[in-house]
Amino acid sequence: MGSTNSTLSKIPNVEELMQETGFTPAHIVRLYDRFEALDKEKTGHLRPQDFGAINRLAMNPIGDRIIGAFFSPGQETVDFHSFVRILAHFRPADKKRPKDPSMPEPVNSRTSKLKYPPLVFSLISVAFQLYDQDKDGKISRAELLQVLRSMLEMQVTEEQLESIADRTIQEADLDKDDAISFEEFRKSLEKVNIDHKMSIRFLR
Amino acid sequence: MACRTCLWLLGTTFFTCTVRLVVEGTEVGATQGSQPEPGVVGSNHSQAGGGHGSSISGIQIVTFKWHHVEAPYLIALWILVAGVSKMVVELNHSLTSVIPESALLILIGWILGGIIYGADKMQTFTLTPTVFFFYLLPQVILDAGYFMPNKLFFSNMGAILVYAVIGTCWNAATVGLGLWGCWLGGAMGDIDIGLLQFLLFGSLIAAVDPVAVIAVFEEVHVNEVLFIMVFGESLLNDGVTVVLFNVFDAFVSLGGAEIDAVEIIKGIISFFVVAFGGSLVGIIFALLISLLTRCTKNIQIIEPGFIFILGYLSYLTAEMLSLSAILSIVFCGICCQKYINANMDERSVTTVRYVMKVFANGSETIIFVFLGISAIDPAVWVWNTGFILLTLLFIFVFRFIGVFLLTWILNKYRLVPLEFIDQVVMSYGGLRGAVAYGLVAMLDENKFKEKNLMVSTTLIVVYFTVMLQGITMKPLVTWLKVKRAAVTELTLAEKIQNRTFDHMLVAIEDISGQIGHNYMRDKWHNFEERWLCWFLMKPSARKSRDYIFNIFHQLNLKDAMSYVKEGERRGSLAFVRNETKADVDFNKKFRASFSEIMPDIMADNMGPDHVPLSSILQDIVPSVCLVMHEQDLTMRESEDFNAHHLLQQHLYRGRKQHRHRYSRSHLETNRDENEVQEIFQRTMRSRLESFKSAKMGVAPAKKIQTKHQKKDKPQKMPNGNSSDKSKNHPYGDKGTCSLLFTSLLHYMKWLTITTSPSSPIKGPPTSCGMHNNTVPLKGD
Repeated sequence: MGSTNSTLSKIPNVEELMQETGFTPAHIVRLYDRFEALDKEKTGHLRPQDFGAINRLAMNPIGDRIIGAFFSPGQETVDFHSFVRILAHFRPADKKRPKDPSMPEPVNSRTSKLKYPPLVFSLISVAFQLYDQDKDGKISRAELLQVLRSMLEMQVTEEQLESIADRTIQEADLDKDDAISFEEFRKSLEKVNIDHKMSIRFLR
Repeated sequence: MACRTCLWLLGTTFFTCTVRLVVEGTEVGATQGSQPEPGVVGSNHSQAGGGHGSSISGIQIVTFKWHHVEAPYLIALWILVAGVSKMVVELNHSLTSVIPESALLILIGWILGGIIYGADKMQTFTLTPTVFFFYLLPQVILDAGYFMPNKLFFSNMGAILVYAVIGTCWNAATVGLGLWGCWLGGAMGDIDIGLLQFLLFGSLIAAVDPVAVIAVFEEVHVNEVLFIMVFGESLLNDGVTVVLFNVFDAFVSLGGAEIDAVEIIKGIISFFVVAFGGSLVGIIFALLISLLTRCTKNIQIIEPGFIFILGYLSYLTAEMLSLSAILSIVFCGICCQKYINANMDERSVTTVRYVMKVFANGSETIIFVFLGISAIDPAVWVWNTGFILLTLLFIFVFRFIGVFLLTWILNKYRLVPLEFIDQVVMSYGGLRGAVAYGLVAMLDENKFKEKNLMVSTTLIVVYFTVMLQGITMKPLVTWLKVKRAAVTELTLAEKIQNRTFDHMLVAIEDISGQIGHNYMRDKWHNFEERWLCWFLMKPSARKSRDYIFNIFHQLNLKDAMSYVKEGERRGSLAFVRNETKADVDFNKKFRASFSEIMPDIMADNMGPDHVPLSSILQDIVPSVCLVMHEQDLTMRESEDFNAHHLLQQHLYRGRKQHRHRYSRSHLETNRDENEVQEIFQRTMRSRLESFKSAKMGVAPAKKIQTKHQKKDKPQKMPNGNSSDKSKNHPYGDKGTCSLLFTSLLHYMKWLTITTSPSSPIKGPPTSCGMHNNTVPLKGD
C-alpha cells in the first residue's frame, strides 16, 4: 500500500472523516479500495444492487436487512462518507468509545450536520433498526415474527414461531404494550457482551 | 464382542510369530540380519520351498508352501493386524475422546511388540526407513495435499513459510547447540559425539510431523487459521529438514576440517534448489494429472487410478533427484485438486476421495502400530538420562520461544493478528512423529557411533509428544477457552440477539471485505481463468464452473421475465387475479436445472477462486473456537422449554460456528450446505417477491412462509399502493426495483439481439454478477 497518501488525497474531507470515526489512514484507504471495488459503475455512490452483488451476503439470513441499514429512509444511494460512518460502529472498543451505548458518541457531536437522528449511531440502535423496519420506535410482534422467520430453518412451523415470538415479547416487554421499545431492547441486551462480539479485528 | 476382537488380534499375532518361528526353525542357518523388514525377507527363502517336495516319489496332494507366499502373506497379515487394532481402539468412544487414537495405537503396538519379542526373542518386525518412506508416508501426504483448503492455505502462505523455514531452522540450531553446550559441560557423561552430530540430531528432531499433528488435532477442534498454520508448517518444513539432514550428513562424512565458507554457501543454495525443485516437480505432475483426466472420458472406470499412480511417481521422482519428496507430492495434490474434480466424472471424484482417505487412514494406523512395536527391542535401547531429558526440555522450551518470537514479528504485518491462545496451542501442538524416527533410523552406524542413543531418544520424544501432549491438548484448550467464554443462562431474547449479532458481524465483514483487493492475486486469477482452465479442463467442465449466484440469477430473471410477459399479455387486472400462475417453485427450479449443470459444485474442494456455496463457509475469526454445546436447558415450564429447544435446534448457525474443513476420517459435513442453500433460496425469493410487488403493485404475502406453504398467496389489492410497499422492502422500493429491473433490461436487450432460438446461446451479461462471464442457459 505505498500509495496511501495519494489515495487519501482523492477523498474529500478525509481529515474530518478520520476524526469523526476514529479510523486510521490505513483503514480509510482499505475501505476506499473496497468502496471502489463495489462501485462497479464508478458513480461514487453505492446502490442496493452493488451490495446485492456480494455473494456472501446472500448466504446471510439477515443480509438484506443489513444492506437496508446502510440506506436511510428515502435515500437511494450511499456515498463514501456514510459508508465509513456506518462501519465505524463496528470498530472494536477503545478508549474513545463510551461504555454506555446509549450515550452519544463523538460522531453524534456533529449530528447537526447530518440528517440522521442521534440514536441511530449507537451500536444497539443499529441492531434495533434491523428489527424495526417501519421506524416507529417499537418492535411489534409482526416485525419480530419476520426476523425470527428469517433466522430459523424452514421446518419450524407457524405455530412454533408464534409461540417463540410470544414468549420473547413476554420476557422483554416490561410495560406490557405488546411491543419492544428501544429501552426494553437495550435492557434485554445487558448480559450480552456486545463490544466483544462486535469488534471486527481486521479494522484494528 | 470386544473379547472376541481382542482374542482375534492376539491370535493373529501369535499365528504370525509361530509360523515364522516354525519355518525359521526348520531352515538351516537362519540369517536374520539386523532389522528385517516385515515380510520382505523373502530373498533366501524364495522358491526354495517348492524344492522340498520334489525329491519324494509320487504325487503330493497337498503341500504346505509357506515360503511360496511368505512375503505377501506377512504384509497382508500385518495390514490386517493394524486394521483390527484400530477396530479395538475405536470400540470405546469415551476412551478415544480422552486419549487420542494415535496414543492408543502405540500402546497396542507395545503389546504386540511384547508378544513378538516373547515369541522370537528378537524384534523381527520393525518400522524400517525404506518401508516407511516409500510405502507408508506418500499416501498420507497425498491425502493432505489433495484435501488441502487451498484458499486458506495460500492466504496464510507467508506466515506458514516463516514458521516452516525460520522456525525449523531455529529449532534445529537451538536444540543442537543446546545439547552440544550441555555435553561440553559434562551433563551427558562420556559419549562419542561431536558438534556436527548434535546439529544433525537437532535438525531431524526439530521437524513438526504432519502425521502426528493431524492425528491429534482431529480431536481438538481449533479454528481454521490456527489449524492451517500448524498443518501447513508440518508439511512445508520437510524442505528444510531434508536439506539440513543431507548437509549435516555430508559434513559429518567430510569431517569438521573440510568445512569452510564454500560448503556453507553450497548448503544454503541447496536449500533453495531442494525446496523449489521439489515443488516444481510436484506442479509438473499436477499438470500431467490434469491433462490426463481431460482425456479419460472413455475410461472413466480407471480414472481414479491415475491420480494415485502419478502422485506416487511425483514422490519418487523428487526422491530420485534428491529433492524434497514431501513438498513434491503436497504441491501435486494442491495444484491438481481443482482441475481433476472438474474434469472427472462425479463417481470418479467420490472414488478418489474415499480411496484417498482409506489409504491415508490405513497408513497412519500402520505407522503408529509399528512405532509402538519398534520400541520393544532391547538391542536398540541406550539410556542416557542427561541426553534424553535435555532433549525433551529443549524441544519443548525452544518451540515455545520460537513460536512466540516469530508470531510477535508476524503480527506486525498481518491483518488478522494471532492471539495468545493461538500461539500457545501452536507451540504445544508441535508434535514430533514418525518422520523423525525414520530419519534417525537411516543414520549410518559407522559414522554415528551413538546411533542407538539417538534412536532411543527419538522414540522417547515421539512418545512424549504424541501421547502426553496429545492427551493433554484437549483439556488445555478447553481450560484456555473457558476462561474467555462467559457461560451464563440466557433468556430467549438474549439468545436471539446473540445470533442476530453474529449474523450482523458476518455481514459487515463481508461488506467491508476481509481481504483487500490485491493486484497480484487479481492478476493470478485472470491468468488462471484465461489460460490454465482452458488448457487443463474439459470444455464441458469449463462451462459449468459458473457461480451458483449467476445461474440462480438467470433462473430468477427467467421467472421474472415470464411473470412480466404474462402480465402484459393478459392486462394487469386479469393478471392480478391469476398471480399464482407465474409463481416460482424455487426448490424445483433450483434443483432441476442446477443439478444437471453442476453435479459437484457442492463438493468441498473447488479451487481458490471460485465461490461455491460450501467454500463460503469459512471461519475467519482467528480465535480458538471450540464447538461448545449450548448451555443445558434448565427445566422451566414446558412452553419455555419448547421455545428454548426450538431455538437451539433451528436457529441458523452463523459462519463462526462452522468447523475446519480438513479431517483424516470424515468427508464433508452436509448440514452446513443445506443451511446455506436454504438461506440463499429464501434471500432470492424475497428479492423476487419485492420486485414483483414493486413492479406490479402487488403487495407481498402478509403470512409468513413455512415449508408447507410453498406457494405465494398475495392478497388482492389496488395498484400502486406505496405505503404497503415500503413496509416490506429491505432497501427501499426503488432500490429493489432497480436491482432486478436493470438486470431485466439487460436480459431483454439480449433477447432482442438473439435472432433465433437455435443460435448458440451465450447467457446475458449480468450487472450483478461477480464477473462478466457468459453463461449458457440450459434448456432455453
